Amino acid sequence: MNSYSQYLSLLKKEILLESRQQHTLYGVILYIASTVFVIYLTMESPDAETWNTLFWITQLFICINAVAKSFLQESRGRMLYYYTIASPTLFMLAKLSYNVLLMLAMNLINLLIYTALMGDPTFSYGLFVLVSLLGALGLSLVFTMLAAIASKAMQQASLMAILGFPIILPQLLLLIRLSKTAFSEVFRNGAPLQLILLLLALDLMIVLLSLILYPFLWKD
Amino acid sequence: MRFTWWKIASIILLVYAVVGGFLLPVPEKPLLGETIRNLYFHVCMWFAMMILYTSSVNHAIKYLRKGDLQNDNKSSTYAAIGSFLGILGYSTGAIWATYTWADPNYPAYASLGSIMREPKLIGAAIALLIYAAYFILRGSISDMDQRARVAAVYNIFAFAMLFPSIWIIPRLRPSLHPGQEGNPALNFNDIDARMRMVFYPAVLGWTLLGFWIANLRIRYNILIEKKMEKP
Repeated sequence: MNSYSQYLSLLKKEILLESRQQHTLYGVILYIASTVFVIYLTMESPDAETWNTLFWITQLFICINAVAKSFLQESRGRMLYYYTIASPTLFMLAKLSYNVLLMLAMNLINLLIYTALMGDPTFSYGLFVLVSLLGALGLSLVFTMLAAIASKAMQQASLMAILGFPIILPQLLLLIRLSKTAFSEVFRNGAPLQLILLLLALDLMIVLLSLILYPFLWKD
Repeated sequence: MRFTWWKIASIILLVYAVVGGFLLPVPEKPLLGETIRNLYFHVCMWFAMMILYTSSVNHAIKYLRKGDLQNDNKSSTYAAIGSFLGILGYSTGAIWATYTWADPNYPAYASLGSIMREPKLIGAAIALLIYAAYFILRGSISDMDQRARVAAVYNIFAFAMLFPSIWIIPRLRPSLHPGQEGNPALNFNDIDARMRMVFYPAVLGWTLLGFWIANLRIRYNILIEKKMEKP
């Protein structure tokens, strides 16, 4: 079997697994809804900056919850089975791409619920959606790798947050800065493009590092 | 006791750095005054911290390539001593900031909230948080080989992410800290020639001292392992 078809079947396996265990997916959606609802009840009418910051914080926590299960739900026996039939790089690549897809979908649901309840202070909503999708991409990539690391330790879920926060901080600051383009903040010419390229370069680096390092985690 | 040349060099350099640091002439600057001498201590701590972290990552890579647990011992010890130097860097920085940045109308701790937003401090905080998480990760895995492997992977991944953040964050936020453009103290024009005479030997001296402390810890860990093997 060549690597491309192996990658495709691994990706298909992830999607199939998700459709068989729909309760976890609905769990994440319910998590989004209740988080946003709590914010809605505790904040009367936030100004644009608070709105933006709170959106990214919810995004961060949703990502931890949505991506965490990708490795934590795999039992030891099943990992051993994958170990015998698949290449680690392709396995990681399939996990990464599946989590990106999942997080992009969760991002749209989050945006929908968040703007429905909290209003829309943005200047250009389309721009904000694009920035949030870029953010979802980066967040899901980082936390997939961290889920792989944390799955080897005890108290996995809380460990993932501890490991992830210092690493994700610069990216989050960049994203919050970039999303201010949607709030009619005036930027220096070409600055937003520079930020986007920087974020994409970071994402590329994360993918490469994950693919290089995962084979070492893989063998037990 | 193994007494090698670099330990002697460390002692000589540090004696020179402390004596010279307090007695040799420094440029007179408004506001900074004599506190400028703290450069020989404060900045050196960060240099030594980054050098120790780098060699920690170096040994993590070596561990993944060869699988020798001695490399893991070195990697984790260098990370621990690097964090210790980082805490010292924070304390010397706090003393310095009390006399230069803090609002003199209020007690010094009241300025903490605004000082902690400094980009250089955020970068340093991220580095320390990463290695704090590294030790929690190590603590939560009981199997020795697996702990070494997982910790090495996290060490490399986090360190590779640390560098862009040190480069990115200063460009996102305004700063009072010297060396706004690029890396502070690495630029030859940043420091007065008289201060360079003391500064570079001091960096070398403190770094060697860091390695010396780490070296003692590594040998101590080896002795513990030997004792565990034959009770």
